[in-house]
Amino acid sequence: MTASTPSAAKAGGANQPGPSQGGVIQYVQRHWVAVVVLALVIAFPFLDFTSDAVTHVTVLVNAGVFVLMALGLNIVVGYAGLLDLGYVAFFTLGAYSYAMANFGNIIRTKSGIAYQVPGQTIPGTPITLSVWPMLLGGLVVAAVFGILLGAPTLRLRGDYLAIVTLGFGEIVPIIFHNNAALGGAFGFTGLDLPSSIPTPLGPIKFSFLNQVTFYYFILILCLLAVLLVLSIRNSRFGRAWIAIREDETAAAASGVNLVRTKLLAFAMGASLGGLAGVFYASHLTTVTYDQFDFSISIYVLVMVVLGGMGSIPGVIAGAVVVYFVNSYVLGYLNNTLHDHNILVNFDFSQIRNLLYGLVLILMMILRPEGLIPSARRRQELHTFEQRTDEGAVEALDAPPGLGVVGNPDGQLEE
Amino acid sequence: MLKLDGVDTYYGPSHILKNVSLEVNQGEIVTLLGANAAGKTTTMKTILGLVRPTKGAVSFADQRIDRTPTKEIVSRGLVLVPEARRVFPRMSVMENLQMGAYIRKDTAAIQADLDRVLTLFPRLKERATQLAGTLSGGEQQMLAIGRALMASPRLVCMDEPSMGLSPILVQTVFDTIQRIRDQGVTVFLVEQNAFMALNIADRGYVLQQGRIVLADTAKNLLTNDLVRRAYLGG
Repeated sequence: MTASTPSAAKAGGANQPGPSQGGVIQYVQRHWVAVVVLALVIAFPFLDFTSDAVTHVTVLVNAGVFVLMALGLNIVVGYAGLLDLGYVAFFTLGAYSYAMANFGNIIRTKSGIAYQVPGQTIPGTPITLSVWPMLLGGLVVAAVFGILLGAPTLRLRGDYLAIVTLGFGEIVPIIFHNNAALGGAFGFTGLDLPSSIPTPLGPIKFSFLNQVTFYYFILILCLLAVLLVLSIRNSRFGRAWIAIREDETAAAASGVNLVRTKLLAFAMGASLGGLAGVFYASHLTTVTYDQFDFSISIYVLVMVVLGGMGSIPGVIAGAVVVYFVNSYVLGYLNNTLHDHNILVNFDFSQIRNLLYGLVLILMMILRPEGLIPSARRRQELHTFEQRTDEGAVEALDAPPGLGVVGNPDGQLEE
Repeated sequence: MLKLDGVDTYYGPSHILKNVSLEVNQGEIVTLLGANAAGKTTTMKTILGLVRPTKGAVSFADQRIDRTPTKEIVSRGLVLVPEARRVFPRMSVMENLQMGAYIRKDTAAIQADLDRVLTLFPRLKERATQLAGTLSGGEQQMLAIGRALMASPRLVCMDEPSMGLSPILVQTVFDTIQRIRDQGVTVFLVEQNAFMALNIADRGYVLQQGRIVLADTAKNLLTNDLVRRAYLGG
C-alpha cells in the first residue's frame, strides 16, 4: 500500500506501482498487511455481533469522512509540503454544494435555470440533484475554489501560506452564515438521503436508512481516493510535488512549474475535502455553518502528522485513531470517571485541544516519522542512526542534506 | 552559444549585477571567478530565469531567453547544477535522476541518458534506491551533475561544484567536468577554487562586486597579477 517502495523507484521510467510489474500474487505477498486489513474492514459489519453494532458502524462511517479528508490534506501537506490550516473550507464547500443543489432552491423556469432566494418564489419546477451527480459537483466546486485560493497565495511560502489558508478556513463558513441565500444561520435541513443508484441498466436500489450501506459507500470513496493518490504519487506530478517540498529552487531549475504544480496539489487536496463534504451532508441530511469550525482543520492536520506525513496507511490510521479518541475515548473517560464520582465537574472533551497539542509534541520528540511512516521517512531516519553509529569520521563527512533529518518537520517551515 | 549583454539584476532594492557581459562558445569550458557575494550565483540564476534582469539581454543559441520561462530554457538544453549540491534529500537517487528529465517525454532517449549517467557515475547505480540525503558529499555532487545531464543539455551551468568537498573529491569532480565536455556538452563553471577551475577551463571571467573586471584565456588568467593576488594566494 505504501507508495514509495524501493522497487517502485527501481522501476526507472515506469510509473505504475506494483501490480503491473509483478502480478497480483506478488503484490498481495508484498502488501499482505494491507490486504488483511482491507478484508477485515470489508467484513466488519458481518463480524460485529455486539448489541452496539449499529453505533460502531456509524462511528466508522464518520471516521471514514475524516479518512477521506486526511488523504486529501496529505497531498497538500505531506507531499507538496504546503501548510494548509484552513482545510475545513473545502469540506464546507462540498457539504454546502450538495445542500444547495438538493434543497430545491434551483428552479427550472421558462427562460432557464434560477436560484431561489428564501422569501422569493420563482415560478417553475424545482430541480433537486441527488448525491450521485453532486459527488462530482462538490469535488469540482472544491477544486475550483482550491485553485482560486491557491493562484494568488501559492507564491507565498511557509508561515504566510499558513496564515492565508487559516483565514480562508474561517471566512468560508462565515460567508454561508451571513447570507440567507446560502443557508444563513439556519442552514439547510431535511436533505435527501441517497436513494437508489441510477445506472444505464436501471436503478440499483439500496436502503440508505441502513448505516451499513453508508459504511460501504464511504469505504468505496476512500478506496477510490487511495487509488487516485497512489497513482498520482508515482507519476511525474507526484515526484514534482516531493521535489518542490525538498527544494524549490532545484525543482524550478529542473523545469518544474512551481505555481502550476502547487496548484494541482491544492486542487487535488481540496477536491477530496469537497467529496468528504458531500458525503457528510448526505449522511447527516443537515448542513449548518457551525458544523465547520477551525478545529476540523486542526483535527485533520493532527491525523496527517500523527499517522505519518506522506504515508497513505499512516494517514488512514491517524484519521481513525484521532477520530476514535475524539468521539469515543474522551466520552468513555468522562462516563467511567463520573460513575465512580471522580472529577464529576470535569469534562474531558474540554481539554481535547490540549491533548492534541500534547500528542503532537510527544510525536515530534518520540516518533517524528509518524505511526506508520512512509518507506522513505523510515529509511531516512534509520540510515541517519546508522551513520551516527559509524563514528566521528563518517559524521564529519555527513552531507549537508542530512540537516533536514534533525528537523523532521522542516518541510512545514519553508 | 550563451551570451550575456549588459545585464543588470536586482534583488529588491539591492543592485547585484552591474552591466555584466560574457560569452560561452560551443564546446568550451568557461569559468566565472569571484569572491563570496560577488554575484556569481545571481549570474547563474539570471541565466536560468530564476531571477530576471532589469536591463540587458541573455541569449542562448542566438535566441533571447531573459523573459523565457525556466521550463522552456531547460527544454532548449540549458541546465543548472545548483550550488551546495542541492539534490532532493528525501527522494531516492533514481527519483532524483528522473526529476532531471522532468521536462522530457521521449522515454527511450531518457533511458539511454540514464544508462549514460549511470556509466559515468557507477556509484549512483549501486545506490539507486537509497535516499539522496543519505549519500556522502561527493556522491551528492555526482548526483547533482547526473541529474543535470538527464535533461540532455547542450550547456551545463555549474555553481561551485567543488564547494565543501575534500581535495581528492574536488579532483574527481573536475575530472568529471572534463569528461562531460568531451562528450560534447559545453560547461559554464562558477568557482571559488580558481586554480582548479582555470586548469581545466579554456577562458575565464573575474567578477567583483557585480562587475566583470577581467576577461581572458584561462592560461593568461593563471599568471595575471590580480587573479594571483586575489584568488591564488600569491
